[in-house]
Amino acid sequence: MKDMVEGYTTPDGRQIGGVLMELKNITLRFGGVVAIKDISFDIREGEIRAIIGPNGAGKSSMLNVISGFYVPTEGEVWFHGQKRPAMRPYQVARLGIARTFQNIALFDGMSVLDNIMTGRLTLMKSGLLSQAMWWGSAAAEENEHREKVEKIIDFLEIQNIRKTPVGRLPYGLKKRVELARALAAEPKILLLDEPMAGMNVEEKEDMCRFILDVNDEFGTTTVLIEHDMGVVMDLSDRVVVMDYGRKIGDGPPDEVRNNQDVIDAYLGVAHD
Amino acid sequence: MADHGAAEQSAQSIPALLARNVERFGSRPAYREKEFGIWQSWTWAEAADEIRAMAMGFLSLGVERGDHIAIIGRNRPAHYWAMVAAQMCGAVPVPLYQDAVAEEMAYVLEHCGARFVVCGDQEQVDKVVEVEDRIHHIQHVMYTDKRGMRKYDHSRMNALDDIIAEGKAGHFRYEGEIEKRVAELNYDSTCVMLYTSGTTGKPKGVVLSNRNIIETAKNSAAFDHLGPDEDVLAYLPMAWVGDFIFSIGQAMVAGFCVNCPESPETMMTDLREIGPTYFFAPPRIFETMLTNVMIRMEDAGDLKHGLFKHFMEYAKGTGEEFGMPRYRVKRSKPTLRRRFRWAYRFSMGIGFAFETMVENAVRLAIVRLRHPMEHRKYFKAKGPLLNIYPQPLRDYFNYRTGDVTIYAPLKNTLGLSRIRVAYTAGEAIGPEIFEFYRSLGINLKQLYGQTEASVFITQQPDGQVRADTVGVPSPGVEVKIAENGEVFYRSPGTFVEYYNNPESTASTKDAEGWVATGDAGFFEEGTGHLRIIDRAKDVGKMADGRLFAPKYVENKLKFYPNILEAVVFGADRDRCTAFINIDLTAVGNWAERNNIAYASYQELAGHPRVYEMIREHINEVNASVAQDPMLSGCQIHRFLVLHKELDADDGEMTRTRKVRRNVIAEKFADLIGALYDGSTSIYTETEVTYEDGRKGAIKATLRIEDATVAPEAHAHREAAE
Repeated sequence: MKDMVEGYTTPDGRQIGGVLMELKNITLRFGGVVAIKDISFDIREGEIRAIIGPNGAGKSSMLNVISGFYVPTEGEVWFHGQKRPAMRPYQVARLGIARTFQNIALFDGMSVLDNIMTGRLTLMKSGLLSQAMWWGSAAAEENEHREKVEKIIDFLEIQNIRKTPVGRLPYGLKKRVELARALAAEPKILLLDEPMAGMNVEEKEDMCRFILDVNDEFGTTTVLIEHDMGVVMDLSDRVVVMDYGRKIGDGPPDEVRNNQDVIDAYLGVAHD
Repeated sequence: MADHGAAEQSAQSIPALLARNVERFGSRPAYREKEFGIWQSWTWAEAADEIRAMAMGFLSLGVERGDHIAIIGRNRPAHYWAMVAAQMCGAVPVPLYQDAVAEEMAYVLEHCGARFVVCGDQEQVDKVVEVEDRIHHIQHVMYTDKRGMRKYDHSRMNALDDIIAEGKAGHFRYEGEIEKRVAELNYDSTCVMLYTSGTTGKPKGVVLSNRNIIETAKNSAAFDHLGPDEDVLAYLPMAWVGDFIFSIGQAMVAGFCVNCPESPETMMTDLREIGPTYFFAPPRIFETMLTNVMIRMEDAGDLKHGLFKHFMEYAKGTGEEFGMPRYRVKRSKPTLRRRFRWAYRFSMGIGFAFETMVENAVRLAIVRLRHPMEHRKYFKAKGPLLNIYPQPLRDYFNYRTGDVTIYAPLKNTLGLSRIRVAYTAGEAIGPEIFEFYRSLGINLKQLYGQTEASVFITQQPDGQVRADTVGVPSPGVEVKIAENGEVFYRSPGTFVEYYNNPESTASTKDAEGWVATGDAGFFEEGTGHLRIIDRAKDVGKMADGRLFAPKYVENKLKFYPNILEAVVFGADRDRCTAFINIDLTAVGNWAERNNIAYASYQELAGHPRVYEMIREHINEVNASVAQDPMLSGCQIHRFLVLHKELDADDGEMTRTRKVRRNVIAEKFADLIGALYDGSTSIYTETEVTYEDGRKGAIKATLRIEDATVAPEAHAHREAAE
């Protein structure tokens, strides 16, 4: 338990706190297929943690385990120093874990503003009826939430599309709206599934800046999956490398970059 | 009024005007800014408190009299306040173009010797930090937007909010000093220093005194009856003299409210929400708006499209007469006489609607009798059947009907509903575009001005507005035309000097105060309106001695929505040729409608059908140029469509989007060569600069095509003589 309190300092001078989430010996099987094989690592408060690996390495499955969508076949997830029982996704969301998706999952017909407001669903206290009637505390509460949402809109520089239906937006902006929605939930852990997939260089740079700014401004712990190695190495504080469901490396980017197993996995070596 | 008059006399600086406004309009809104989705507003009293605190904060940093404070950022109240606060400290505000690359910024910062810089956000701070080793005077950098700034070295950097807090905290210490410095300001102290965009060579710092700004603002505000009820949208670059005059000069003098958009991208939405009454925009903005309207009308349903076409056609002649907003002195209560007038008009209106219905019913009945099967085809309203109302009244009601169905909703969509006075300047505006807005009942006028004149040289009075002139001399301005056609002016707004550049000052402004504009023009006989042909130095001779005025032809070309930019060559040559830049929005939309697939700007620009379309435009221009006896030599013989957009980042245009001829002539020398040597295509590589300053290259093979040259009307006459 002494890991819980110790932190470390990143090269750029940020103070990283104690362990926020710990994954112990996670194994995930779908019938006979083993997606994740006995993986352990931890996520510390305030850090940007990347999970990388070639296609089919089990990265997204890992993210789904963290988000509580998959319940690991074996192993334990410890969150805030407590063992997390098997939960439904909405319960996990209430614990403060928000995510974005690899293939965008927004409400196309709704405006950007409304989409982001849905992110605050778990934080809303007034009931369905009073919200529908716009009665009692619901109105005041919505103003409060709207204010928070507007701060996020300002932060992500999407003021000009506030009222635009999401379906009409280009891909890069949709990704940004998705990030905004995840942020609106005021998460303790933010999970980003390939936030930069399919973007051009400029959009990628913007996204990088936003991820760093989010981490800097709100101190949000971020876990991200990404294919673009340059991005991962620049952004993250620590990297987990996966290959065929196993963990083959874990540590700061520089250390991981020189790890022989990682090089083999990426450059391709005949497996036994 | 007597005490107002006295205050008027004593207000010889912007801070003094601010104090006057607090007294006079204290609780009226002075500034609004949309932030977090809501329009936040500050009254004159609140704004004055903020400005004062900021000024005291500046003092705490050690701002001295005569210091320069550079301001780089988008239009935000805080930045306007910083300019006024700088003056309160006896310092000189120097607003810079925020889209300038670091290199350009370094030159200006070094040249003015700014010790303090106010940056809008991280991006601007980065640029200043990047060039910090080359500029020697900077002591302290302030920034408005705190985002992303945490990790910077704050030993010489602060948030502007902290400076204001500092000023508020040190309130007792600095109060006396501020009072003293404000009292020292008079008509001759420097109000602002603005850098010219530099069409040729390095930018020059134009020093404008309080007299220049305040006198000009007073005269122009009186010219257009601007009062405290106006609303303006401040969205033009703060470094541009126009924005300073409108958002500080006139706003302070007339006491109206300055509204700042949320971000540059939301400008159109914010325009709609605010609905300014006084508006300035370069022709480009009006062109873009019109293009968007036309594109959306193409997609509209038949009924809307038909109504739009019918009423826009109708408005062309009548808008001038019936649509224009009239300036009225405000009256508190409607008199009995006016109530009667309203009642009369209302009943006439109902009568007209009734008459129209009856008229159409009768006509339809007649047509149905004659053509029972296909009466629709023959049902066309042409001229009145029953002449109950006299023609002028019919026109009036027709226009009002159009107003209800088309003009008013359209103006509302554009955010121009409340416009009382709108100006455009900087470039020539297309006559169709101009007419479109005028016929909608938007009082769009033209003015002609310069940084050195504190904007106003000539402007169009209400009721004397035309597309091809720039109006009569503004109040207080004298204009004369030199022998070579160059326009000179002298006014209370004439600049003091170019900063640290006595040679340029001497060559521009003579001992009597006449300033050369560098533009060639003439006064139209009869009306006394000034017409500008071109830059005086660009007006040249062709090889055979005929007059060559490239801008004249380029403007004609640019009036086509498909052509974004054109550059015409021909000085000292035997014939003229042109580069064309297509407008991606317009041509892209056209391509979509005509099933033309394209992957990039370059591919679209080189498409044979685009060439075909551009050629038609050029032929039409040639035909019209041939009509002009003086300039008929300027017909375009050969042309090519450029593979990239001309861009300020590549130095091909100024930041105010004026073409830099020398740079283009040098950079595209190979293309110009090909235009004249008769080749039909040419391979070229062009260096481009991206927004972040990196460089790349575009390779392309461009086709060169011939245009049809119209016979010159006067050539025969010359031969005959």
